Amino acid sequence: MARTAERPAKAGTSLVPLAYRVAWRRRETADVVTIALEAVGESLAPFRAGQFHMLTAFGVGEVAISVSGTPGAPGPVEHTIRDVGAVSHALSRLPVGGVVGARGPFGTSWDVTGLADEDVVVIAGGIGLAPLRGAVHQLSGRRGPGRLTVLVGARTPDQLVFADDVRRWRELGADVRLTVDAATPDWGGEVGLVTSLLASASFDPARTVGLLCGPEVMMRFAAADLADLGVDPSRIRISLERNMQCGAGICGHCQLGPLLLCRDGPVVTYGGAVAALMGQVER
Amino acid sequence: MNETSAMLLDSGGLDRLIGVLGARGFRTIGPVVADGAIGPGPIRHVVDLPQGWHDEQAPGSYRLHRDDDPRLFAWAVGPRSWKGELFPPRSVVWRSSGEGDSLEIVPVVDEAPPVAVIGARPCELAALSILDRVLGTSTHPDPVYRARREAAFVAVVECSTPASTCFCTSMGTGPAVGDDRAGDEGVDLVLTELAGDERHHFLVRAASPLGGEVLAELGGEPAPGWAWSARDRLLAAAEGAIGRALDTDGLAPLLARNLDHPRWDEVAERCLSCGNCTLACPTCFCSSVEDVSDLTGTVERHRRWDSCFDLGYSYVHGGPVRTSVSSRYRQWATHKLSTWFDQFSTAGCVGCGRCITWCPVGIDLTEEAAAIRASDGAGARAYARAGAAGGDQP
Repeated sequence: MARTAERPAKAGTSLVPLAYRVAWRRRETADVVTIALEAVGESLAPFRAGQFHMLTAFGVGEVAISVSGTPGAPGPVEHTIRDVGAVSHALSRLPVGGVVGARGPFGTSWDVTGLADEDVVVIAGGIGLAPLRGAVHQLSGRRGPGRLTVLVGARTPDQLVFADDVRRWRELGADVRLTVDAATPDWGGEVGLVTSLLASASFDPARTVGLLCGPEVMMRFAAADLADLGVDPSRIRISLERNMQCGAGICGHCQLGPLLLCRDGPVVTYGGAVAALMGQVER
Repeated sequence: MNETSAMLLDSGGLDRLIGVLGARGFRTIGPVVADGAIGPGPIRHVVDLPQGWHDEQAPGSYRLHRDDDPRLFAWAVGPRSWKGELFPPRSVVWRSSGEGDSLEIVPVVDEAPPVAVIGARPCELAALSILDRVLGTSTHPDPVYRARREAAFVAVVECSTPASTCFCTSMGTGPAVGDDRAGDEGVDLVLTELAGDERHHFLVRAASPLGGEVLAELGGEPAPGWAWSARDRLLAAAEGAIGRALDTDGLAPLLARNLDHPRWDEVAERCLSCGNCTLACPTCFCSSVEDVSDLTGTVERHRRWDSCFDLGYSYVHGGPVRTSVSSRYRQWATHKLSTWFDQFSTAGCVGCGRCITWCPVGIDLTEEAAAIRASDGAGARAYARAGAAGGDQP
């Protein structure tokens, strides 16, 4: 390292958020809100689908929130937030014009840009569809022989998110199937685990890529089912969540065995290390 | 080692070293006796150093005693490493004020003057090299650590008096500063304290351009041949005095394939999950942030050291991931000796023995690793390590 007694002029700023303003907000379910953020001044670097931002509710704290918008789309950047803790509660209550801090983007992406010929099976549980939304937008617009299947599960019908998007993806030719754990009287669709939708989905396992996001137990079973159907575990990508704090791989909290998930994830390949680690090692 | 740039100083020369570094604007810190232990503190003169003090260390035990030994560095390592000087236990990351579109977020720039560390051990230099890699070479390096480290002057004193808890020879980090390591840019001066036959000298070698410049200012005589042979004898004796060992052969994959080993539960019956080992460890780098606000609307983001033994460390909404003491001890031990390689291409342990000495119940990392090696396979579950072939694992 350099050897001078002079003090460096300025510290780096990657740990320091930029100010973003809520341009609009949309309620998705009883406890899920999408807020679209635009820079007050300087902007963050462009994100890729599957990456996350660290959002600060001033005076409350900071949490990792996956970007739910589409990469490259003009306008404010969408973040879909479930109200589960102090910070996400504060973020989801922000009015239009409210200001948050934003850092990032951090982590790995779904990396869907090269997938023209492959069949893609997207499996999402609950709010897990949010980090996948940008990737599904990108995939539903692609030209090529690959088929797109989107399987979405939720606990109840009123917890299904992005109904407008589902309609649009279907119009663009995607096979979108929904299921719920517990039906309500007005629900005419499937009832059961999201993995039960796999049996009737049409894809060629040999040329399929799986993209999974949801509760860890859901991803574990869905990934195992895909592998059983013949999908190569190294072509199954899952998005893992741990306690992300710094986003830079220097605070240690998001470790999962050999992985620092804010740096090596959140999107990781299911095969090999992850398959054995998921939900089993730690307790 | 460039022998031409080596000098022999007496303790007056060491006093001049402290003075010269102070005059160059460095805050000079070195080992001092405080609170019954030797640890980093401000030093102005050579008399501030712990002359005649010795440490006696064993699992869960640390005692100081003093005799008429003229040496200043006849002890091993204390509970506080130099980590705290370069990566402060508490710091403020940024401060914001105002609201709405007039909200301002201002990074808090570290105002600490550059530090000169005089008397770090070779194992501690190795620890700084590890922190350099972890905190200094991330895509988003830690600004405080990097600024302080880049500005710091480091003078290492080779180790003559290892403790019973030391195992640096297993980790390749001591008791000497190896020729390979002295050539890197993480250290400026390497000292060896030579005492005997009424003589008390320091063999001092420059390991950086700045170190050479400073050394030239100190006067003294070019190091004579007897000093080099005295150093060789001293370090050979120190190496022979290290009684503890960690078998590192294949250790990283060994631990990775023994995640269900019953030993983790056994050690958890003794482990208090207090986190002392992580605070004393010279390479533990984990930190947490918390936001602090006041009635004027000013918000500050504070950062403090964190420990993987803390239940809240692994918290995700719904609760912590690692609820058992067993899982937290395993996280710490496997990180140090196994997954650190996957993450940062180096071990996370330098063999300084602090985690053994400062564990209130005397848990010994080398003993735990040996126990798992002794019944390799008792824990069947494993994961493939990075770089290994994926696919089915037992």
